[in-house]
Amino acid sequence: MNSSIFKNILRFVLLILLQVAIFNNINFLGYINPYPYILFILLFPVGDNRALLIFTSFLLGLTLDMFSNSGGMHAAASVTIAYLRPWILQSIFGIAYEYNAIKVAKADFGERLLYISILVFTHHLILFFAESFNFSDIIYILKKTLFSGIFSVLLCMLFITLFSLKRK
Amino acid sequence: MQQIVNFLIKHRNFLLFAFLLFLSLVFTIQSHSYHRSKFVNSANFLSGGIYGGLDDISEYFDLKIHNAQLVEENNRLRSRLYNLTDKKDQKLDTLAFNSLYRFTTAKVINNNYNLKDNFITLRGGSKKGIKQDLGVITSKGLVGIVDRVSTNYATVLSILNSNSQINAKLKKSNHFGILVWKGGDPNIVDLVDVQSKAPVALGDTIVTGGKSTIFPEGIGIGTINNFKLDPSENFYTIKIKLFNDMTNVGYVYVIENMNGDEIKTLEQQTVDEQ
Repeated sequence: MNSSIFKNILRFVLLILLQVAIFNNINFLGYINPYPYILFILLFPVGDNRALLIFTSFLLGLTLDMFSNSGGMHAAASVTIAYLRPWILQSIFGIAYEYNAIKVAKADFGERLLYISILVFTHHLILFFAESFNFSDIIYILKKTLFSGIFSVLLCMLFITLFSLKRK
Repeated sequence: MQQIVNFLIKHRNFLLFAFLLFLSLVFTIQSHSYHRSKFVNSANFLSGGIYGGLDDISEYFDLKIHNAQLVEENNRLRSRLYNLTDKKDQKLDTLAFNSLYRFTTAKVINNNYNLKDNFITLRGGSKKGIKQDLGVITSKGLVGIVDRVSTNYATVLSILNSNSQINAKLKKSNHFGILVWKGGDPNIVDLVDVQSKAPVALGDTIVTGGKSTIFPEGIGIGTINNFKLDPSENFYTIKIKLFNDMTNVGYVYVIENMNGDEIKTLEQQTVDEQ
């Protein structure tokens, strides 16, 4: 249990640092940045305290907002996907979720991809909508969501594969 | 009473979520208006310190460019100094020195240009005399206006921010407009509300207007890239190619107008009396 807490705190700090130092400065084609920091929410232990996940996600988003001077955009997006996560887990993994037996890193490739994609695209849609805060920019929001989303999903899959190899 | 408590316990996750979402939306809405991002900004010990540390490493990659910029600026200032036409008027009055505008240098440690509202973080805060609402320029041209200040760090509302509205004019004719940015290319900004009588031509220079207390008159902004009349044919909307490369800003000058407070107080009094 203690090692799980320690691991999650370490993940929180490392993901924020990576996001701030590297991924916020990629600017691929001028405006496409991946946001793999939400791996923290994706990989948060299943079945643990839900309130804790919601609260730490808020903190995660707010810390990133502080770094990027963006008010509460990341916080709003993060807290929403943290709240939605149980239903998405349930609809994708079905019965395994009931028994708290899911390890995202060990799930099938297809299920894992679906799970990550749904959460990433939801997060990005809320994030970019909060950034522009204007319905007339909907094309811009969708475009940015799509391209950044693909980039983020790719990175998340890569990170999960990379850091779970030795356990297999 | 029991039922209320039961309800609260049953829906505690939703209530927590709703409360935190509400809080973050409040922060988001605040960040969309000028000078309202009170709590969440990068001019603080933690994020300023981390950006400072990262910049200590990455500044070596830009040393060549920054040296070239400095030499270029020195060259320009030197050629001005030795080509002064009437040297008699130019004497250094030590009492009046720095009496109009005071300049402070600062280093950019974080720069955004891919969002809709972009901010720049500077190393240098109230300790160095940087205050809210001071102008920020580079040797080439305009950068933005200081937004939040802490002891050692400051954030700058970049001209690439939808809240930024800076008075600017045509260099040759004094017709003025407002500088805004609508997203997209970080090297193109719009000058709106320019009178249709203004003699606009491609390649003309746009400079700051001096109608505000923030910037002195005549600081370079950019050249006209493209222009069109609005449908009612009363105003021009002009696309400006910036002199500055906003994606690569190293050292900046922070300008303080020493008479700024006096002008503002006077204007405030005039408004109050009406």
